[in-house]
Amino acid sequence: MNDTTPPLVQIRDLSVTYKTRLGDTSAVDKVSFDIRRGEILGLVGESGCGKSTLGKALLRMIMPPGRISAGQILFNGEDILTFDDKRLRDYRGRQASMIFQDPMTSLNPVQTVEQHLTEAIQVHDAGAESQSMARRIQALIERLGIMQSRLASYPHQLSGGMRQRVMIGLGLVLNAGLIIADEATTSLDVIVEAKLVDQLREIRDVYGVTILAITHNIALVAEMADRVAVMYAGNLVELGEVNRIFDRPLHPYTQGLLASVPTTEINERKELYKMPGEPPNLARPPSGCRFHPRCPVAMPICSRYRPGLNEAAPGHWVHCWLYQDHPEKEEKTLKVAA
Amino acid sequence: MNAQLSPQLQDNLVEIQDLKKWFPVQKSFLDQLLAGRKDFVRAVDGVSFNIRRGEAFGLAGESGSGKTTIGRLAIGLETPTEGKVLFDGIDLGRQNERELRHLRRRMQVIFQDPMASLNPRMTLGDSVVQGLKIHYPEAAEKHRDTLLDIFERVGLSPARYFINKYPHQISGGQRQRVVIARALITRPDLVLADEPIAMADVSVRALLLELMVQLKQEFNLTYLFITHDLATAKYICDRIGILYLGRMAEIGDLKEVYSHPLHPYTQALMAAVPVPDPHKRRTQTMPAGEIPNPINPPSGCRFHPRCPIAQAICSQEEPELRELRPGHQAACHFAEQFL
Repeated sequence: MNDTTPPLVQIRDLSVTYKTRLGDTSAVDKVSFDIRRGEILGLVGESGCGKSTLGKALLRMIMPPGRISAGQILFNGEDILTFDDKRLRDYRGRQASMIFQDPMTSLNPVQTVEQHLTEAIQVHDAGAESQSMARRIQALIERLGIMQSRLASYPHQLSGGMRQRVMIGLGLVLNAGLIIADEATTSLDVIVEAKLVDQLREIRDVYGVTILAITHNIALVAEMADRVAVMYAGNLVELGEVNRIFDRPLHPYTQGLLASVPTTEINERKELYKMPGEPPNLARPPSGCRFHPRCPVAMPICSRYRPGLNEAAPGHWVHCWLYQDHPEKEEKTLKVAA
Repeated sequence: MNAQLSPQLQDNLVEIQDLKKWFPVQKSFLDQLLAGRKDFVRAVDGVSFNIRRGEAFGLAGESGSGKTTIGRLAIGLETPTEGKVLFDGIDLGRQNERELRHLRRRMQVIFQDPMASLNPRMTLGDSVVQGLKIHYPEAAEKHRDTLLDIFERVGLSPARYFINKYPHQISGGQRQRVVIARALITRPDLVLADEPIAMADVSVRALLLELMVQLKQEFNLTYLFITHDLATAKYICDRIGILYLGRMAEIGDLKEVYSHPLHPYTQALMAAVPVPDPHKRRTQTMPAGEIPNPINPPSGCRFHPRCPIAQAICSQEEPELRELRPGHQAACHFAEQFL
């Protein structure tokens, strides 16, 4: 990868706020990171951490009572938050598209597979001729392993894996450069899921698309991602190369998360790490670092000030006071010395 | 009660013998006339296994493998099409409604989605105490103490605070604890746990698993643990059965099955589980196709159309479970090559 090419997506200080009865809830709170061209970036976190909200924000699909309250999203250098309706429609679908978790509710039950694909092309590419459209669809379904005979099927006639492939097809048919897969394999059985992971990797290799894979499954990220971003309670807590994150996680939350993932390896029947507490309510987030009430190594400063996102090693970013200088850190070492 | 079989003599708490459950397929009147015969979904199609007293037995498989149906049959929530279920030596099929209700206090269920299995308009205390009111109405004055005790035991402390809350006022992990408390309050022998922690987040899951293991000891429970997640099963189950399309593909001690899977399906399933280590990415290709339609299951071995080692015999003869290693059975004609 050439480091001089600018990243495909640059997210800067992005905040998404939902208005609720309990006051404003910051589902995504001042998050900044880049998505590089042609990479698979795994965005992991537990339910309510803001990962899906962030994915939706990238397509400007945040609906009231939610809104993007601050920040910028630069796609190819252009701020998508300034797009008018026409430009936005063009951006969605042709440049960035989304694969959702539940294909049964995202596909139209009274349209066949072919109608879905044709409609997607027509809406975004009004001038397309029917012959070239048929060719495009043909090439696409071959690549995805959807049988010709399946084009005439309705969603309920397809298996879960096949439906998810149709969803991927819809994402690819317009040659979008960025695919956001939001828990795309979550409702599938492991074998079907493994095949879909192979497929997503292949699509990246063949078409060079960039994939943002949003998931709660940390093992899945290890399986497919090039880089990993970890979110907790609306904050980005750690970001780095997949091997770095799994070999040397820095943030205590990432460390705890990795230590609590069950495996099938029979010889390493080591105890799972039991993280105390549960994720916080974002209407009243904890002060300072939002992880401090559950953190085994929390310091006094953690409850008072929010840490910055700091580059602890080249390409490895962490949002934690342990890895940055602050007044109390010196105090602590002084005490130890005394 | 059947007094002739004293519980102490029974090594197996549950015995499942050649169990079948076929669900009729709904069709229009015209289709029925034209087709001339009824179609059935063969959800469970000839499954036998025992659950030993005090063990945690896991049933794993993909969706449509029949694992949930077997669980429901095992506690008498469904009546089998064929075969029988013995609970503590008692044939569930031969019990009338009253006797069955009497037995049910000894078997309880934990379902997957705690939000869906708790009544949103009942306080947690009312939901949990329900089982006692139904099964032990005569001991009403003790109910409140038992209730407070069970809340403390599942980690909902102080119990007095939690019994007056409603489901939406507590967190997901706490709701799952309430469902566990409700299952244990009648002091059952058998607990059917159908994907009990599948909805919980990873950071909460480890604590719930530990709680279930600890309660099993404290209350002398036997678990029938149903899951699609082989990794979770490792932390709770002693033995495991792998189901494929309504049949048992492999069964044995969990450590045995995981370290030496003998059925090609189990092998594929194990390989498909993503490993949380980017240095150990999967390289094997996955079996072709998807789990077939249980209305017309493949002839012979049901896995043969997708099996990498299938031969002619596999499409003709259905393999029986054979003991290939001590305490480890597999239903495959060619499993010897993996020994």
